[in-house]
Amino acid sequence: MCDVRGDANYLPMTVTIVLACSAALLLLGMAAAIGGRTSRATPPVYGGTAAICLLVCAAALAGGDGALVLPIGLPWLGAHVRIDRLAGVFLTLVNLGGAGAALYAIGYGRHEHAPQRVLPFFPAFIAAMNLVVIADDAYTFLWAWELMSLASWALVMADHRSAGNRRAGIVYLIMATFSALTLLLAFGVLAASHGSYAFADMRLGPLPAWRAGLVLSLALIGAGSKAGLMPLHAWLPLAHPAAPSHASALMSGVMTKVAVYAFIRIVFDLLGPATWWWSVPVLIAGGTAAALGVLYALMEHDLKRLLAYHTVENIGIIFIGLGLALAFGANGLRGGAALALTAAVFHAFNHMLFKSVLFFGAGAVLTATGERDMGHLGGLIHRMPKTALAFLVACAAISALPPLNGFVSEWLTFQAILLHPDLPQWGLKIAVPADGALLALAAALAAACFVKAFGICFLGRPRTTQAAQAREVDRFSLAAMFVFAAICLLAGVFPGAVIDWMAPVAQALTGAHMPTQIDRAWLAIAPVDEARGSYDGLLIFLFTGVAAMIAAALVHRLGSHAVRRARLWDCGYPDLGPTSQYSAAGFAQPIRRVFGPLVFRSSETVTMPPPGDRAPARIDKHMHDLAWEYLYQPVCDALLMVADVLNQLQFLTIRRYLSFVFLALVGLLLALTLWQ
Amino acid sequence: MTALDMIRALAAQGAQMFLVLLAAPLLTGLVRWVKARLQRRRGPSVIQPYRDLLRLLRKEAVLPETASWLFRVAPYVIFSATWVATALVPTFATGLLFSWSGDLIAIVALLGTARFLQALAALDVGTSFGGLGSSREVMIASLAEPALLMLVFTVALIAGTTQLSAIAEHLQFEQVGLRVSLALALIGFIIVAIAENARIPVDNPATHLELTMVHEAMLLEYSGRYLALIEWAAAQKLLMYASLIACIFFPWGLAPAGSGLAHYAVGVAAWLAKMAVAGCALALFETVTAKMRLFRVPGFLGIALMLGLLGTLLLFVSRGL
Repeated sequence: MCDVRGDANYLPMTVTIVLACSAALLLLGMAAAIGGRTSRATPPVYGGTAAICLLVCAAALAGGDGALVLPIGLPWLGAHVRIDRLAGVFLTLVNLGGAGAALYAIGYGRHEHAPQRVLPFFPAFIAAMNLVVIADDAYTFLWAWELMSLASWALVMADHRSAGNRRAGIVYLIMATFSALTLLLAFGVLAASHGSYAFADMRLGPLPAWRAGLVLSLALIGAGSKAGLMPLHAWLPLAHPAAPSHASALMSGVMTKVAVYAFIRIVFDLLGPATWWWSVPVLIAGGTAAALGVLYALMEHDLKRLLAYHTVENIGIIFIGLGLALAFGANGLRGGAALALTAAVFHAFNHMLFKSVLFFGAGAVLTATGERDMGHLGGLIHRMPKTALAFLVACAAISALPPLNGFVSEWLTFQAILLHPDLPQWGLKIAVPADGALLALAAALAAACFVKAFGICFLGRPRTTQAAQAREVDRFSLAAMFVFAAICLLAGVFPGAVIDWMAPVAQALTGAHMPTQIDRAWLAIAPVDEARGSYDGLLIFLFTGVAAMIAAALVHRLGSHAVRRARLWDCGYPDLGPTSQYSAAGFAQPIRRVFGPLVFRSSETVTMPPPGDRAPARIDKHMHDLAWEYLYQPVCDALLMVADVLNQLQFLTIRRYLSFVFLALVGLLLALTLWQ
Repeated sequence: MTALDMIRALAAQGAQMFLVLLAAPLLTGLVRWVKARLQRRRGPSVIQPYRDLLRLLRKEAVLPETASWLFRVAPYVIFSATWVATALVPTFATGLLFSWSGDLIAIVALLGTARFLQALAALDVGTSFGGLGSSREVMIASLAEPALLMLVFTVALIAGTTQLSAIAEHLQFEQVGLRVSLALALIGFIIVAIAENARIPVDNPATHLELTMVHEAMLLEYSGRYLALIEWAAAQKLLMYASLIACIFFPWGLAPAGSGLAHYAVGVAAWLAKMAVAGCALALFETVTAKMRLFRVPGFLGIALMLGLLGTLLLFVSRGL
C-alpha cells in the first residue's frame, strides 16, 4: 500500500493528465448534447473520445503515481484523487476498452437513428469510469459511481421506443441505486472509526471484526451487483443487449471491471488484513456465478443476451481468483495470494478484450442483418469473412483455448487452486477444490457455448434472407475488432510481460508478487517455480504452427491437390434445406437435458395427436429462472403489496392528515424524551 | 549446456515427436485387429490404418458447396494441436528438452482447441447430422473435461506439480506407496479416455450411419486429405491417452533426463509393450461391453468427476491421519 502523496507545490503529472482528459471527455459530451443532432457529429465525437482515451492509456502505462486534492465537492473534504499501481492498471483497462469502443463506434454509430440520445453519454460514461478509478475519497468515488450508472442508464435507454428496453432501463436503475446504496453504507462503516471519508484515513484504522465483516458483505453485494454476480445479475442480460453495441461492449467489458476494481479497492486496500472466513462467501459467489452464468448463456438464443450472461461467468472466475487471494493472504501465504490476485486482474483484463470483440461482432451482425436472434442467422462467414475471423478468435479466447489469453488467466487460477493444501482451515481445503471443479465445468461449458454462438450465427447455411444478403461492415468496426483480437493473441503468447506489468499491484495489495517472468528462458511463465508447473504460450503457439506446416508439407508431398465442389452428402438423405439445420435451442438441448432439471427445473412435454389425426405433434419445453421466481418476484410482490396498502393514504380527509401530523409530532417528542 | 548436449536433447525431443506421429495408426490398427480376432473374424492387418491414410491422402477431396474456409483449415489445426498435445506426454523418457513448455492442464486445453474446431467444422456445412454430432460432442466434452481436470488435480497434488514429466518422475522414483486416490484416479482416467476417444460404450468408432453416432457424425462431409488428417489426429489422441495413463500409473522403464541411448532403447521397448497391452485391453473391453444410450453418458462421466473429487478429498484424509 504505497502512500505516495505529492506536496502542495508539486503537480503530479499523470493525475493531472487523467483529470484533464476526464474533463475533456465531459466537455465533449456536453458539446455533443448541443451539436449532436445529426449523424455528421458522430465521427468527431467518437474520434475525439478515442484520442483522449489513448492519451490516458499512454499516461497510465507510462506510470507515475501521485495524489491531488481539488477544492471542489464537500467543503471540509475536497475531492481527493490518487493514482497508485492498482488504479494505473485499471485506468489502462478502462481506456483501452474505451478507445476500442470509440473506434468501433466511428463506423457503427453512423447507423444510429437518434445520435443525440447516445453521443453525449458515451464520453461522459468513460469519464465517469476514469473518475471512479482515481477517486481517493468516498464522496468523489460515489459521485463518479453514480455518474457512471446514470450515463450508462441513458445509453441503455437510447432506443426508448421498445417496451423491452424501457423495462431494462427500470430494472437497471433500481439495481444501480441498490448497488450505490450498499457501497454508501460500506463506506459509512469504514469511515466510522476515524470520522473521515478520505481513503487515506480509512486505511489507518483497524476495524472490529464484525464491522469488517459487514463492510465485506456490503462490498460484495454492492460491487457484485454492478459486476453481475449471481443472484444479483438480473439486470445484466436485460440492460447490456438494450444498449447500442459499442455501449454494450463498454458496459460488459469495462464497467463490470470497474466494479471489480471497487471490490479490490475496498476489501484489499481499505479494509486491512483479511480473516480467513472472508474468502468463503467470495469463493461461493464466484463459483456459483461461473457455473450458472454459462449455463444461462447456453440456454439463450439472442446473441447479445448470451454474451451478457457470459459476462456473469467471467466475473465469477475473477471473483474465484479474488477469493483465493483473500484465503491465501489471511493465512500469510503471500506467494499464493499474489498468484491468485494476478490471475484475477489478468482475467479482468482479458475479459475486457474478448468481450469487447464479441459485442462488436454482435453489433456488426446486427448492422448487417438487423437480427439478434440466432435462429434467423447462419452462414455469415461467407458474407462477412473478416468479422467472422475476429469473432472466432475472441470465441476461442473466451473459451480458454491455448495459445490465446483466456487460457493463461484460467491456468493461473487453476495453479492458485492447486496451492490449496497449504491452507490450514478444513473448510477452505474442501471449498477450494469444489470451486476448482466448478471452474473446470464453467470452462468446458464456455467452449460449448461459443461453439453454439459462432456455429449457429456464422456457420452453416443462412436461415433467412437477411442473413443471406448480409454485407461486411465498415473499416472502423473491423479495425477495432482486429486490434483487440490481435491483443488477445499477443497477451496469450507473451503472458510473462502482462504478469510483470501487474506485479506492482500484487506487491502493493498482498505484500508479494509473482516471480519475474520476462527473463525466463523461452519466455515461459511459472507461477511459483518451474518445478510446480510452467506454461509457454510462445512455444505452444510456435509448435502448433510448425506442426500445421509439417502437416501441410506432408499433404503437399504425398497427397492429391484436387478439390471438387459437390452437393452436400449428409449420409445420402435428401436435402431438406436450411431449416433442417440444428437450431440454437436444439444445439443446447443435450446440455439442457443434463443440467436443466437441476438448474432450471426444466421439463419437456410431448403432445401427440390422437391416432388418425394428422395434426403435428408438439414438444414444449418449460424452464424456470429460479433467481427471478424466488428472489426478485417475492421482493417485487411485497413492495407492490405495501404500496397498495399505503396507497390509501392518498385519499384521506384533511382532518385525518392533521391528526397524522399531530401523532407524528407526539411520537417524535416522546422519542426525544426517552432518548435523553 | 554444450552444443553437443543441445543437439542430443533436440534429437531426443524430435524422436519423441515423430515416434508418436508414426506409431499412432499402429495402435489403432492393433485395437481393430484384436477386436476382430476376439469376434472370430480374420480382420485387416495391423498396418491397414497406414494404407487407409495413404489412400485418403492421394484421393481427390470433395468439398460441399456450402463449406467455408474454416472447413478446410480446421483439419490442419486439429491435427497440429493434437500432435503437440501428444508429443508433450512422456513416452520413453522424462525431462525432454521442451517437456516443460506445457503442463497437464495445457495438454487438456490443447485437446480442447482441437475439439472446438472439430465441432465448428461439423456445423460449417449446415447439415442436420453435423449439428447432431457437434451438439452431442460438446455435451460429452462439457462433462469429460471437468472430470479430467479433477483427476489432474488429484495426481498433481500427490506429485506437487502439474508438470507431466515431473509427475512421472515422482511416481517412478519416490516412495508413493499404494494410494487409494491413485487407484480412483486410474479408473477415472480410463473412463474419460473412453469417452474422449469415442469408444464403446460412449460412442462406436466403427459406425458410419447410425442415429447414435457422435464423432463420426462430425466427419461425414469430410473426404480425401482432410479426412486423412482428422483420422490421423484421432489415432494420435488414442495414443496420447494410452501414453498418459501409462506414464502416470505405470511409469516403469521411463528413461530419466539426459540418459544414454541404451536407456532410451529400454524406454522405447517398455513404452511399446505398454501400448500393446493397452490396445489389447481396450479391444477386450469394447468386445464385452454394449453401447449405452446417449443420455446415460452423463452418469458414466459423472462417476469420473466424483472419483476425481473423492481422490482429492481422500488425499487430505490420508495426510491428516
